[in-house]
Amino acid sequence: MSKRNPVYDFKWCPGCGDFGVKVAIEQALGKRAVERNESIENTAIVAGIGCSGNLVHLQEGPQPFGIHGIHGRTLPIAYGLKSNRPDMNVVVVSGDGDFLSIGAEHIGPQARRNLDITVVVMDNGIYGLTKGQASPTTEFEVVTSTTRYGKLDDRMRPLEVYLGLGVGYIVSEMSSRVKQLGEAIKEAMEYPGFSIVHVQSPCTTYNDTYALLKGDEKNGIEPLAKPIPDSHDPSDFMAAMTIAKGKSVPIGLLYKREGESIPAHERLARAKERTQPREYTVDQLLASMTI
Amino acid sequence: MSKNLVVRFAGEGGQGVVGGSELMASAAAQGGYHVLTFSTYPSQIKGGPAWGQARISSEPVLTPGDYLDVLVAQNRYAYDFNVEELREGGIVVYNSEEFEIEDRGRVLGLPADKMAREAGNPLASTIILIGAVAKMAGVDMGALEAFITKRWSRGRAGDQAIIDGNIAALRMGAVEAEKSGLTLEALEAPPTHAETRILIRGYESACLGAIAAGLDSFIGYPISPATTMLTYMEANMAGEGTFVGQSSSEIESIGALVGAGFSGKRVMTSTAGPGLSLMGEGLGLAWMAEIPLVVADVQRGGPATGLPTKTEQSDLLCAINPGHGDMTLPVIAPGDPEEAFFAAAKAVNWSERYQGPVILLTEASIAERAQDIVIPDASKITKEIRTVSTGEFGNLRYKGNTVSGFPVPGGPGAYVANGSEHDEQGDTTHLPEVHIAMTERRFAKLKVLNDGTFEAENTSADVVLLPWGGSKGAGRAAWLELAAEGVDIGWYYTMYVSPLPEDMLAALRQKKLVLVPELNYLGQFAGVLRQQGVNAQAITQYTGLPFKVSDLKSEIRTRLEQSK
Repeated sequence: MSKRNPVYDFKWCPGCGDFGVKVAIEQALGKRAVERNESIENTAIVAGIGCSGNLVHLQEGPQPFGIHGIHGRTLPIAYGLKSNRPDMNVVVVSGDGDFLSIGAEHIGPQARRNLDITVVVMDNGIYGLTKGQASPTTEFEVVTSTTRYGKLDDRMRPLEVYLGLGVGYIVSEMSSRVKQLGEAIKEAMEYPGFSIVHVQSPCTTYNDTYALLKGDEKNGIEPLAKPIPDSHDPSDFMAAMTIAKGKSVPIGLLYKREGESIPAHERLARAKERTQPREYTVDQLLASMTI
Repeated sequence: MSKNLVVRFAGEGGQGVVGGSELMASAAAQGGYHVLTFSTYPSQIKGGPAWGQARISSEPVLTPGDYLDVLVAQNRYAYDFNVEELREGGIVVYNSEEFEIEDRGRVLGLPADKMAREAGNPLASTIILIGAVAKMAGVDMGALEAFITKRWSRGRAGDQAIIDGNIAALRMGAVEAEKSGLTLEALEAPPTHAETRILIRGYESACLGAIAAGLDSFIGYPISPATTMLTYMEANMAGEGTFVGQSSSEIESIGALVGAGFSGKRVMTSTAGPGLSLMGEGLGLAWMAEIPLVVADVQRGGPATGLPTKTEQSDLLCAINPGHGDMTLPVIAPGDPEEAFFAAAKAVNWSERYQGPVILLTEASIAERAQDIVIPDASKITKEIRTVSTGEFGNLRYKGNTVSGFPVPGGPGAYVANGSEHDEQGDTTHLPEVHIAMTERRFAKLKVLNDGTFEAENTSADVVLLPWGGSKGAGRAAWLELAAEGVDIGWYYTMYVSPLPEDMLAALRQKKLVLVPELNYLGQFAGVLRQQGVNAQAITQYTGLPFKVSDLKSEIRTRLEQSK
């Protein structure tokens, strides 16, 4: 798979949506590096566990730093990294299992902190790496290896969740639209705050939704994926929620919070200015306890 | 003349019993005495049985004291519950607004709250009680008044009025004590001190040691009894490039530590047993991906929620191996607040040196203890900074069989810090030969942590005492008394419980019997020692309270008899 490392074990299936996401991220990072005249080593990619997580290894040539961590904990790792190194460009790559099941508890705190990081979620509606179990975004009544008689749980609706948890910048995209996806990821990286690019990235082995997303006009099947109309005002929360609640998968910038976004590290700098924290040395602190 | 005065303030949470013992200790320390405090309270904001104890001595203090000279009881329950620990000839001072004691002599009923209200200083009831206790023990009242003056001279307009009110309260207590005619054997005069001393709590000492070693970042989640470290860091760790944050869970804390450690920073968190359990997988990630970080575990009691505010030493096995798979984490367990300073500094330095996670294992009784110590010399702490990659091996961050250059993000040597088994540049692989090589590399790195020191006395004895952590004080006191009584028993002690100092381990392996006092049911450290070829036997106790020296001494004598 990887040219630079032939013994690298991991392989994606032919046609996997994650190929498109990988190319889009590389394009976004490449453009950013040129525009800002900054080295690609100034980016760190934080990956979780699942097919999506393996994206962190696939960069050819000069590469960003990466962490391939544990299942569901991309956002905690990104929190520690970005809080301590606001100079780094931090990108999280995750999947619907990693981000929305085991990792869902971390979305709210990060949204409230408004860490200046960008998350790319590859949503294939299935656990692919472990061979086809139901994920939070698997449809109701769909049969998988863990839902033999059809899924009993309702499907999670990630865009509504993001809006509800206070994420300030939300894009919904499709892996097959590589160029537009690359642009969207680059724009999201420019946003000074917490941003999520939620990508429909079909699993050709266990949940091939390409046809559903694209539709089949000849046979009168409407595409599930529909562009968000130009008339949509992304700063209108209620309008964004209405689109998110719709039947189709919206494509485009769904929501951008109105007003200035103050990322976490700037909030901290402002707080420090306001309060002028005590800055004592260890010797002074010890001496203050003198009997 | 007596060398010791042990005073316990007992009542309900929220009645200032812990504050009372600390104030008494501060006042005595100011007067030149050695002091040590211990407190225990329920896990609730107000109410429930609580007590705080101060031991005041003309000699260095090792334990809170087995028996009480004075019990200050705020209510009937506090009296009934604690009076058994009053030594013969001890005195009970009790709140006579609440209840009466008629079944024994040597009691002094004081309506301290009422007296304080009538004197127009309702907050001074504790000081009235301190005045009474100090008078009965023959403590120099002038020194106490000097303490009050110093304590409340804060440069505020109302200072003088508070000082006058508190001194008046102190004298009111003393007058009542005098009227009662009750006295204790007078306390010896305090020693004189050549060195500067400070009164410090264990958690303060641990925090300052870590900062002295160059800590950059502290991220934690509130949990008893470890929250004090988080709040102390929030208040006091400042400066360019530092970061202190409250996470949303211990799972988030350990993830954030991995991110921060990966970013090149020296980073720490504080937690207790339940949090350590949640951190297991993240600590495994730090071990696999070779990320420096420090987790301070302030032990409480029991599994699950257990005893949140009590003390125990039952997390040792979890600290050494907090998660699944092959790993052995370095663990440093200080025995008192003074050691906590150097232990925390070493924990930060070890994490940097071997590039991996280190556990600083303390416990409630050490973290919350206030004790007088000689001011630590922070200039003696070396700041060890991890070897940073200059790109000499390209992307091969995991090259070789020992610690290698750490690529700092933004600089050369971009790689993937990988929690999956990986090759030299961090790409995932499950090839057997790579798993063998990388597993061996991770364990080989521990060899650089070979500078742990230890104490050894009477090393020719074939039976030795080896306490660890917070049982050091009681162990030491028992050992000193036994040695003075002519018992032939050796003394070994180290705060470096994993990996153990090699020379100490070699010596212990030669011993007929190694007795390990520890506050847990399993005898965890004794088990760890047996695994390493030492004939160790635990002396256990699991009350949620520290050892009493007398109990420990008699158990040691029994074990010595049995071993003959």
